[in-house]
Amino acid sequence: MSALARLVTRREALAAGIAAGSGVLLGGCARQLPPTYGSLLRLGDNLTYVAHRMLLPGESLVREYSRADLSSFPAVGTIDSASARRAAVAETYRRWQDSGFGEWRLQVSGAVARPGGWSLADLRGLPSRTQITKHTCEEGWTAIGEWTGVPLSRVLDAAGLQPSARFVTFKSIDGWYDSIDLLDALHPQTLLAYGMNGRDLPIAHGAPLRLRVERQIGYKSMKFLTELVVTEHLDDGGARGNPKNGWAWYTGI
Amino acid sequence: MTIAPDRAHARWVRLTHWVAAACVAALAFSGVEILMVHPRLYWGEAGNDLMPPILELPISRNHRHGGWTALTPIVDGPGAAVSAGRTFEIFNQNGWGRSLHFLAAWVLVAAGVTYVLAGVAAGHFRRHFAGGREPLSIAALWRDLREHLRGAVPVPTGGPDYGPLQRASYAGVVFLVAPLLVLTGLTMSPAVAAAAPALLDVFGGHQSARTLHFAAFAGLMLFVAAHLVMVIRSGLGRQVRAMTVGDRT
Repeated sequence: MSALARLVTRREALAAGIAAGSGVLLGGCARQLPPTYGSLLRLGDNLTYVAHRMLLPGESLVREYSRADLSSFPAVGTIDSASARRAAVAETYRRWQDSGFGEWRLQVSGAVARPGGWSLADLRGLPSRTQITKHTCEEGWTAIGEWTGVPLSRVLDAAGLQPSARFVTFKSIDGWYDSIDLLDALHPQTLLAYGMNGRDLPIAHGAPLRLRVERQIGYKSMKFLTELVVTEHLDDGGARGNPKNGWAWYTGI
Repeated sequence: MTIAPDRAHARWVRLTHWVAAACVAALAFSGVEILMVHPRLYWGEAGNDLMPPILELPISRNHRHGGWTALTPIVDGPGAAVSAGRTFEIFNQNGWGRSLHFLAAWVLVAAGVTYVLAGVAAGHFRRHFAGGREPLSIAALWRDLREHLRGAVPVPTGGPDYGPLQRASYAGVVFLVAPLLVLTGLTMSPAVAAAAPALLDVFGGHQSARTLHFAAFAGLMLFVAAHLVMVIRSGLGRQVRAMTVGDRT
């Protein structure tokens, strides 16, 4: 065995030892956490995530309101993907708009038995849910809107979630990349919403399909969805994701 | 000269005091940053730039920026609900601001719980908040307040032998303002409000809780200002020594 090979072997043994040690430290809570990128702030985010998952009931529903409570609703972030800086994105989105989003598909892949593309009609064919909930923006404002869509759990059921599945990653046409754990993904109020306030989802609010993750801050409810990947490991999106760009991955607070 | 042990600040008081002081500084700094991102306060559940505030603070370029596209109705029939897009790059440093706020809050809650449990176990609140060198009464508070305003500097004891106004304000911060800040803060967490919706009823909604959170913060900052003035006037070096090494006067 060469010296280099011995070194590699020893390093692997060390890594395995550290991994085993951290497993012991985590005890029964073998929860996957997003990377901290060496930031104390991200460590604090993870503390909040673990505390919420350990202390709060997983099944609790957010409060739902009546139609009389519907409020004005700012549209922030991307409000029209057809004005995207990347010409290819703008052109694709404009083509979808022109076809009434008939050409649009939600690609579902990863740890599912039946990967494939879902059209808006496919999604509307599944049992729907309508809920009037409060959107909490990290900026500090709130707004109450009515959302109609298909619970994400229905789509995951139809796609055949594999036992190894732990997270659902989302991508949007305007370049966002984010993920949620299965507890939030399978929550009854987590919707793939295609309607808002009794109308089709407006372009400014993410047409044709946006996510609603009601127990987290607004930026987890991604607009302009194009892709959904079921994963075994937490995918924070790296350079495209929130933690590396200085934002919390878990935003239940 | 060394003062008697029971007249000096206990070690757990000194330790939790400085942890809390550091956390309050971090919370105030990050809290002001968060408020600068949306310097408008409302009452009720919903509140945003397209709705009237009860108070707007001129503390960042986000103040009355007015950079919105034309208002579009988003509800059929009568109703004032509209939507609009932002045409203005707002100030927003909430990535570190929010995470620092919550990290400091975790540490402060740990320090606060330690302080209260140790205080109950040691009889600290009974002896030094409720009891003390003179009984707490409206008359005593009034006299103490007038003396403070007149500029009479109370005799610093380097320990927990607090005066009437000191006892009342410490008790108010520990048992009223701090719990109010924690509960109104938790009310703004969508995950916590889902688990404990009664919080929304108690405070009248998310934005009411946010407004009360700000009011409690303003009250706490008044206390901190008065506290710092009194510490300086009664002998900064001596008071800091009493709250750190703790056994010299």
